[in-house]
Amino acid sequence: MTTISGLIARLGAAVIDGVTRLGTFVLFLLSALFYAILPPYKPRLLIRQIRIIGAESFFLVGLIGLFTGMVLGLQGYNTLRRFGSEGALGTVVALVLVRELGPVLSALMVTARAGSAMAAELGAMQATEQIDALTVMAINPVQYLVSPRVLAGVISFPLLTSLFDVIGIWGGWAIGVKLLGAPNGPFFNGIAHNMSGHDILTGLYKALVFGLVVMWVCCYKGYYAARMATGVSRATTEAVVLSSVLILAWDYFMTSILL
Amino acid sequence: MESANHDSAAIVVEELRRRFDHQQVLDGVNLACPSDHITTIVGPSGCGKTVLLKHLNLLLRPDSGRIIIDGSDATAANARGIDRIREKFGMLFQAGALFDSMSVFDNVAFPLVEKTHLSRAEIRDRVLEMLEQVGLKGMEHKYPSEMSGGMQKRAALARALVHRPKILMLDEPTTGLDPARSHSVHELIRATQQKFKLSVVMVSHDVPQVFQISDRVAYMHAGKIALFGSVAEVTAADHHDFQQFLAGKAAGEDERPLSQVIATPGR
Ligand SMILES: Nc1ncnc2c1ncn2[C@@H]1O[C@H](COP(=O)(O)OP(=O)(O)OP(=O)(O)O)[C@@H](O)[C@H]1O
Ligand SMILES: [Mg+2]
Repeated sequence: MTTISGLIARLGAAVIDGVTRLGTFVLFLLSALFYAILPPYKPRLLIRQIRIIGAESFFLVGLIGLFTGMVLGLQGYNTLRRFGSEGALGTVVALVLVRELGPVLSALMVTARAGSAMAAELGAMQATEQIDALTVMAINPVQYLVSPRVLAGVISFPLLTSLFDVIGIWGGWAIGVKLLGAPNGPFFNGIAHNMSGHDILTGLYKALVFGLVVMWVCCYKGYYAARMATGVSRATTEAVVLSSVLILAWDYFMTSILL
Repeated sequence: MESANHDSAAIVVEELRRRFDHQQVLDGVNLACPSDHITTIVGPSGCGKTVLLKHLNLLLRPDSGRIIIDGSDATAANARGIDRIREKFGMLFQAGALFDSMSVFDNVAFPLVEKTHLSRAEIRDRVLEMLEQVGLKGMEHKYPSEMSGGMQKRAALARALVHRPKILMLDEPTTGLDPARSHSVHELIRATQQKFKLSVVMVSHDVPQVFQISDRVAYMHAGKIALFGSVAEVTAADHHDFQQFLAGKAAGEDERPLSQVIATPGR
């Protein structure tokens, strides 16, 4: 009897623990968004985060975009040639980039670069009581630290994704048309004819949501890091892993409703 | 309105209890820190001084008991009420808690920039004056990671003092400083307290030097305030644990000299 009731008690405790954590996780985002619209506004903090998340990721995202477009040009050309439809190369490259690879790969790269750094920074601030110091000064740490980061993510991700797409399409064109000899005219005409505003919006919606999710997860993990060195390192790892999983899971989910 | 004897108290603590896991860290703390005075909390390491201070500045919530700050019940206050109470605070954390992404200047300027409407020039003057007082003149462009522990401590003290808070809470302001610096930090705390009529609650291991600037001394032991009074009252008290603490021994410690303890074979 006692073992059964003990088991139930432990199961109950685990469930309550899980629900509490989920609640904290959701409330964390809600308060970050709530405080983002509440004064005092700190444009200086927002601009600083846009610089860190957005501007400093420009080169990396552009580089990844270039290689992704190039490999799409290569694979796409060789596949389409078997069916004699090299003219569709532009359409294929552009649609794959704009709808899927642009938002997903940019989000993964920014997670690796800025998201991990963010989790580590907030974790270290938690560990060394800097977040407590803000609280005692009657400055809301979520408003001061988290809201600008989440907003900056929402602003930066679509811009970075657009950059990725443009450079990727150029890379696909350079390889497919310039190097391998696919026809130039159909490359661009195909894009102009077959890519709709809906395609572009789908990609940007995804980028927007990924920006929110990545900053939410990375700030949350850092903010609630355990107060020790291993706590910070664990927070960083968990932030990157959870962000990446959520990016891919949300991508499938959003594709299935937006298609 | 609180009862008459609380009117002159900056902070009143009643039957404060808090446990962490299986450890009862605060076990019924009662304390009244008078306004415009310096109250110093002393006690052996790990007795709960920092935890008590973090309850006083409302970072931690007690399991039971009341904290009354400047006449308002902080344990019953909502988030806005707590923020209003905190506007009165200046706090020095035991480990400094300087913002390591900011220079010393920006750290010290932070409370002024965020919480006052002073002009940039005024802020600059106040910060530089403060830094000079804590002996960090010319260090304003350094980052916390580029400074020694004692320098960080003094920068953190400057940050706690710069906005002239009504209630100043200091967790070991002189630990890690050389004796001359300790003395000048004590002088600075005393001078600032008198000039701006601050109420100070301070945790210190710097006994008996710290008694020179203390108006009240609270001896904390095993999660309680075991002894409280003016310096003269406390030092004269016939309290075995406290006398041992003053003499540099932990309560209940082996009374043999250390050399003898070490020399005793373990068999
Ligand atoms: N967050 C926490 N979780 C669990 N236990 C804690 C926590 N904070 C403090 N404690 C425990 O409370 C006790 C008192 O800690 P506290 O930091 O208040 O000591 P202290 O009196 O400030 O010591 P010192 O003079 O060394 O700074 C310690 O035994 C510590 O283990
Ligand atoms: Mg302490």
